[in-house]
Amino acid sequence: MGGSVLSIKDLHVEIEGKEILKGVNLEIKGGEIHAIMGPNGTGKSTLSSAIMGHPKYEVTSGSITLDGENVLEMEVDERARAGLFLAMQYPSEISGVTNADFLRSAINSRREEGQEISLMKFIRQMDSKMEFLEMDPNMAQRYLNEGFSGGEKKRNEILQLMMLEPKIAILDEIDSGLDIDALKVVSNGINEMRGSDFGCLIITHYQRLLNYITPDHVHVMMQGKVVKSGGPELAQRLEAEGYDWIKQELGIEDETVGQEA
Amino acid sequence: MTTETKLPFDQEYITSFSKDMNEPDWLTELRVQALEKADALPMPRPDKTKIDKWNFTQFANLLVKSEAFASLDELPEDVKALVNLEAKDSSLYIQRNNKPAYISVSKELREKGVVFTDIFTAAREHGELLKKYFMTAVKSDEHRLTALHAAFMNGGAFLYVPKNVEITQPVQAIFVHDNAEANVFNHVLVVAEDNSSVVYVENYISTVPQADSQFNIVTEAVAGNNARIQYGAVDTLAKGVTTYVNRRGIAARDARIEWALGMMNDGNTVSENVTNLVGDGSYGDAKTVVVGRGEQVQNFTTNIVHFGKRSEGYILKHGVVKDSATSIFNGIGKIEHGASKSNAEQESRVLMLSEKARGDANPILLIDEDDVTAGHAASVGRVDPLQLYYLMSRGISQAEAERLVIHGFLAPVVNELPIEGVKKQLVEVIERKVK
Ligand SMILES: Nc1ncnc2c1ncn2[C@@H]1O[C@H](COP(=O)(O)OP(=O)(O)OP(=O)(O)O)[C@@H](O)[C@H]1O
Ligand SMILES: [Mg+2]
Repeated sequence: MGGSVLSIKDLHVEIEGKEILKGVNLEIKGGEIHAIMGPNGTGKSTLSSAIMGHPKYEVTSGSITLDGENVLEMEVDERARAGLFLAMQYPSEISGVTNADFLRSAINSRREEGQEISLMKFIRQMDSKMEFLEMDPNMAQRYLNEGFSGGEKKRNEILQLMMLEPKIAILDEIDSGLDIDALKVVSNGINEMRGSDFGCLIITHYQRLLNYITPDHVHVMMQGKVVKSGGPELAQRLEAEGYDWIKQELGIEDETVGQEA
Repeated sequence: MTTETKLPFDQEYITSFSKDMNEPDWLTELRVQALEKADALPMPRPDKTKIDKWNFTQFANLLVKSEAFASLDELPEDVKALVNLEAKDSSLYIQRNNKPAYISVSKELREKGVVFTDIFTAAREHGELLKKYFMTAVKSDEHRLTALHAAFMNGGAFLYVPKNVEITQPVQAIFVHDNAEANVFNHVLVVAEDNSSVVYVENYISTVPQADSQFNIVTEAVAGNNARIQYGAVDTLAKGVTTYVNRRGIAARDARIEWALGMMNDGNTVSENVTNLVGDGSYGDAKTVVVGRGEQVQNFTTNIVHFGKRSEGYILKHGVVKDSATSIFNGIGKIEHGASKSNAEQESRVLMLSEKARGDANPILLIDEDDVTAGHAASVGRVDPLQLYYLMSRGISQAEAERLVIHGFLAPVVNELPIEGVKKQLVEVIERKVK
C-alpha cells in the first residue's frame, strides 16, 4: 500500500482577523474517499484553502501534515509537488496563457530540468483525458478558464486532476453548476482516479454526486468544526432530512462560523 | 520660453558633411534651414512626462568610425540571431552606428523595380524620388527634435515600392549600435505606391551594455491608394541611450498601415506613433508592447487621426513595468469633421510588477463628427495574487507563474505581430527583460 496520509489536527484558521476554523480534525488516507457536507458559510472552503495555502488564510494553531511532513511550512507550489491538489470552487481565469501551456508547465514543474515531458507525449495524454471527459478539443488552446462556462471550468479542474495525478485531492463543490450528463462525466473522472494511491476529500451540498462516487466517510461541518462523522448513510439522511436534526442533537442554534455552540 | 542651448554642430559642419556625402542641394538646404530653426523651436511635450531635463541636444560625436560587414558571418551573435541566415535571397540592410554596413536586395525586389537602400545612397541616386516624400509626413519645423533630426540625419533607409507591386518576402533593416560614443539620427522612409504592398521589419539593437548617447529616429510610411504597409519594429537600445522616436504613417484611399512595435529599450524613451488616415476607407492599426525596467522613464503616444470617410483606426497597447520604471501610455483617437462612418477603437493596459513601478494609461477620444463609432478601454493594475495562487497550486513555482501571467498579458499584442521571426525574437527579449 503506497497510499499517503493527510492529517489535520486541531486546525484553527483566521481570515482578516476573524477566526473561521475552530479546531478541525481529519485524516485522509490513500484509497479513501471522504465527503464533507454542511450548510453555507460553515468553513468548508476555508478548510480546503488552508490546506492548499491560500495567501489570505492564516493558520493560527494546529497542524497539517502529509506523510509526516509539515505542510504548513511549504509554499503553495511545494504543497502541490508534495502531492496535494485542490479543485477550486471558483477557479481563476488567466488571459493569454493557453490551457495546454499551463498544464505542461504544471507537469514539468514536477520534473527535473532536462527531463521535461515530450510535446508528443503530452499532447497524447491531454487528448485522451479530454476525450474521456468529453471536452471540446479546442479547449486545449483556449486561454485558461477565460470565458469558460461554469460547467466547463469544473471539467477543466478534473482534467488537471487526471493529468497531475496527485496523492490527495480536495474537490470543492466540483458538482455545482453541472448538468446531469456533466455530473456523470466528472464522476467518471474521479472514479477513474480511485485506487490505493489516491485519497480524496469531496466537498458537496448534494447527495447526487455521492450516488456516483460512494464515499467511505462522510463528515458534517458547522461553526468551523467537524461536528459529525459517519458512513455513506449519513449523507443520505442529510439529503432526506436536512441539517436540523444534527443541530438539535448538538444544541446548535446558528450553524455559521460566527457562532459558538 | 526656449532655453538657449548651444548646438554642438554648426552650419558649416553640417554643410560640409552634406557635401562630403554628395547629397543633392535640396537636402543640404533642408538641413541648413532646419538647423537655423532648431534653437527657436520648442521641445515636444509628451503628455504626463517632463522631458526638459533629458539631454537630446548635447553630444560629442555626430559620426563615429565603423567598419562595414564583409559578410553576415562577421555579425555579432546578437545581431546574427535577428537574421534568417538560411534565406538565400533576402532583402536586408544592416547599418552599424551611422555606417551603411551591409545590404542585400532580393531578385524579386530588383526585378519589380523596388528601391531598397541606405538613405545616403538614396539621396545620391534617387534624389528626386526621395525629395518628393522626405520630411513630408513629419515636418522639420514641428519642434526642436524634428528640426535636429533633419539637420543631423546621419543614417537610415529608403524603401520604395512602385505601383501594383506586391512583395511577398519581408524586407528587413537592422540598426546596430555597437559604439557607445555613437549618436544616431536615423531616418526611415517607406513608400508604397498605389495598389502595392510590403512588409518591412526593423530592429534597433545595442550590442554595448550601456552608453551615454542619443537616438533621434523618424520614420515616414506613405501608403498610396489601396496600398498596404505592414511595419514591424523591435527596439532594444541600451541603458543610457535617450531616444526620441517618431513613427508616422499617411494612408491614402483604401490604404492600410499596420504597425507592430516592440518597445524594449532600456533607456529613457519618448515614442510617438501617428497614423493619418487621409483617404476614404483607409485603415490604421497600431499595436505596441512595452516592457519598462530599472529606472527608465518612457512615454508612448499612439495617435490615429481620421480624415477620410469610413476610415478605421485600432490602437492596442499592453505594457508591463517593473523595478522603479515609469511608463505612460497616451492613446488618441481623433475623428475630424467630415470623416463620417469612421470607427476609432483603442485599448491600453498596463501591468505593474513592483511597488515602485509606475504606469499610466490615458485614452483620449476627440470627435468632431456625429456619424461615427468609437470606443476605448484602459486599465492599470498589478498581478492578481489569486492568479498566482491558482497557478502555484498546480506545482508551478512563483517565478514561473509570474512569467506565465506576464506573457499572457502581452500575448494579445505579441501574437498579432505579422512576422514569425520577429515575434519569436520579441518573445525572447521580453523573457530577458522581465526576468
Ligand atoms: N475575507 C473574509 N472576511 C471575513 N469573513 C470571511 C472572509 N472570507 C470568508 N469569510 C467567512 O468565512 C465563513 C466561511 O466561509 P467558507 O467559504 O469557508 O464557507 P463554505 O462552508 O465553503 O460555504 P459555501 O457552502 O457557501 O461554499 C463565511 O461566513 C464567510 O463569510
Ligand atoms: Mg465553499
